[in-house]
Amino acid sequence: MHIHYRSIEGRSVGFLALLGLLGAIVAVGLGAALYMEHNGHWLTGMTNQIVWGMPHVFAVFLIVAASGALNVASIASVFGRQMYKPLSRLSGLLAITLLVGGLAVLVLDLGRPDRLTVAMTYYNFKSIFAWNIFLYIGFLLVVAAYLWIMMERRMNDYSKPVGVFAFTWRLILTTGTGSIFGFLVARSAYDTAVLAPMFIVFSFAYGLAIFLLVLMAAMAWTGRAFGDAVFARLRNLLGVFIAGAFYFVLVYHLTNLYITERHGIEAFILRDGGQFTAAFWLGQVIVGYVAPFAIVYSRLGRSRAMVALAAVLVVLGGIAQMYVTIIGGQAYPMPLFADKDIIESSFFDGQVAAYTPSLPELLLGVGGIGIALIATTFAVKVLPFLPASLADADADPHYKPEAA
Amino acid sequence: MKRNMKQFVVGGLAALLALGGLAAAHATEPKKPARVPVPAISVNKDKAEKCVEPTDVMRRDHMKFIQHQRDETMHKGIRTSKHSLKNCVECHADPKTGSVLGKDGFCATCHQYAAVTIDCFSCHTDKTEKRVSANEPASLERLVRLSAPAAGAKP
Amino acid sequence: MSLNRREFLGLTAVAALATPGLRLVELAQARAPEETATKLQRWGLLIDAAKCADGCDACVTACHVENGVTGHNRPATDPQWIRKVKIKDRQTGYVQTLPLMCQHCEHPPCVDVCPTGASFKRADGIVLVDKHICIGCRYCMMACPYKARSFIHEDTKDQKPHAPRGKGTVESCTLCVHKVDRGDNTTACAEACKKEGHEAILFGDLNDAGSEIRKRLASAPSTQLRPDLKLNTGVRYTGL
Repeated sequence: MHIHYRSIEGRSVGFLALLGLLGAIVAVGLGAALYMEHNGHWLTGMTNQIVWGMPHVFAVFLIVAASGALNVASIASVFGRQMYKPLSRLSGLLAITLLVGGLAVLVLDLGRPDRLTVAMTYYNFKSIFAWNIFLYIGFLLVVAAYLWIMMERRMNDYSKPVGVFAFTWRLILTTGTGSIFGFLVARSAYDTAVLAPMFIVFSFAYGLAIFLLVLMAAMAWTGRAFGDAVFARLRNLLGVFIAGAFYFVLVYHLTNLYITERHGIEAFILRDGGQFTAAFWLGQVIVGYVAPFAIVYSRLGRSRAMVALAAVLVVLGGIAQMYVTIIGGQAYPMPLFADKDIIESSFFDGQVAAYTPSLPELLLGVGGIGIALIATTFAVKVLPFLPASLADADADPHYKPEAA
Repeated sequence: MKRNMKQFVVGGLAALLALGGLAAAHATEPKKPARVPVPAISVNKDKAEKCVEPTDVMRRDHMKFIQHQRDETMHKGIRTSKHSLKNCVECHADPKTGSVLGKDGFCATCHQYAAVTIDCFSCHTDKTEKRVSANEPASLERLVRLSAPAAGAKP
Repeated sequence: MSLNRREFLGLTAVAALATPGLRLVELAQARAPEETATKLQRWGLLIDAAKCADGCDACVTACHVENGVTGHNRPATDPQWIRKVKIKDRQTGYVQTLPLMCQHCEHPPCVDVCPTGASFKRADGIVLVDKHICIGCRYCMMACPYKARSFIHEDTKDQKPHAPRGKGTVESCTLCVHKVDRGDNTTACAEACKKEGHEAILFGDLNDAGSEIRKRLASAPSTQLRPDLKLNTGVRYTGL
């Protein structure tokens, strides 16, 4: 069987409007970054207590989602599922664009973004951050090579080994991202190895949710067929990934609840943390896990609009999860003395740190999503990333209409 | 599609080449009278001693000396003054302003002329030790507020 | 780098042999400006919480004057190299105060995580930020268990020539490295505390068996903050 890919025409008013909208989002994001760099970080919500804020929430979310977006291609080439084959190119493309968007946000939030060359020339090889710089750049190169091998017919035979390599790389990459937090001994919310695999499973869910949304939009807006069987497969996969993410969250919190030393942070996140408790229960759990899971595995899941909603909820839940993990984890005071409470300090020791996201931070973060999407939109116009048809019979050689 | 790409690439390359050519032509151009006047650099004349290196060496390599010294001091604790930035400032600061920056500042004028951004003074003081100490009361006032116990969160 | 007495004596002997004319007493004195800081020293502080007076912040003021650390009256974003904290025992309710600053760990988490190597430990144990290569990622601030570091959130001016500091980079207590290199054998905070008559902060060489800090550490119980992390801090506390 042969799969046809076709770039989109990209002359319609709708396409130009989309580019214009995304361009505006990117421009506003860049403007926000410039504003923050010029005036200094003091006018953001970030402080000496909450050193990583909204930009990091979005950046880490995008980076995690990027590695997850590659999964669809991996399912085709590593695990040999034919049906996912036509989706592989878009999967690789999103992996690249989401990562670029996330990294752009991360870099633009640096205190000295003008010293990017320093970050590229001075390395401390014990730093997980330094490893990640190599993992990110490597990921871009590996996925670009993988895409080329998938798109160049003479090279198609190599797609399995290169796919395996890319899949391995992405697992290591997300391990590295999770370990940015997992390796921090100072703070009670981190300092645990479970963060690495947890981030991997998060990435499955976030990446697939974004993939599904982009795919649905692209196929619908270009009037291409998208078969029910193919759709159902992706929808069910999303359900499995949501369940997996929830399982890891359960393990993380149950472990902490068992360990007396960690009761403080658990009480903070689960019960007393105000905005963080709300972000956890309402954002991460209800919006991120319960609602989309219910949609996917109920009758509601037959409606494509509802499944699209479920994917949006997974994305929102993912951002809430990053908010709880990154900002909630910093807001809880560090345990400086084992058996003493800090009752007075000019530096906010022993107090829950206040944090209110500022508009520029938020705009920079959203700008990162804009960068990822505008790059994707542009790429599907110039190169054939999208399948000409995802009708069930076109996508899956084993598809039998009567079975559906 | 493919054709379009090819045209795009060829066009891009041509544009690059043209730019490169322009730059090369500019470099070999016979000297015209400079549009930007060469700054009158005022070296502290009242200081009788010479600079730590000959003038032509300093013009070309001062940044190398400073950068080398920066790493030696920062990481090894070597505090010789010969090539230290502090030493540059001590000698070359304008006696009136006490600074190497500003309109007629020793560092600023030349760097502006050469269109080279200096990053030194975003962290280092541009003033001599004496001038900095003269500012003490102002900094102290801010400090008293700084060390006062925090009342509530961010303003 | 925790040398026991025998190792230390051995090292000094080797150093003395290797450098003809060098006498042992000279080790305790200042290095010449062209000499490199070496592992022969490990600078640190001993803080006696029992002597630290409630309501006194002479050490904080002295540090910030010495190093030109200024703020903008915005407590959440203004830097603090050293601060006073008041602590209360959870069981007994006993209240005491103490100064808190960079603990100058032997195994500093801030140095581990820094992607560019801007956060580093000098051979003599002083943990510093090389602001020339600091990109302002703040990962060190995430990693430090003592909340010792501040990010410079705004433009700075009137810096001290010996303490450069600028927007977009991270800073913390330098153990008055400029004074150490000059051979002052003390820090601004220790000097100020002494001047107030409290003598709660003692600066010295943890490797020098003859130093007062070493003698006091050897003669009375002391502790590190977060000893569970096994960072082997250069700042030690007694009376805690």
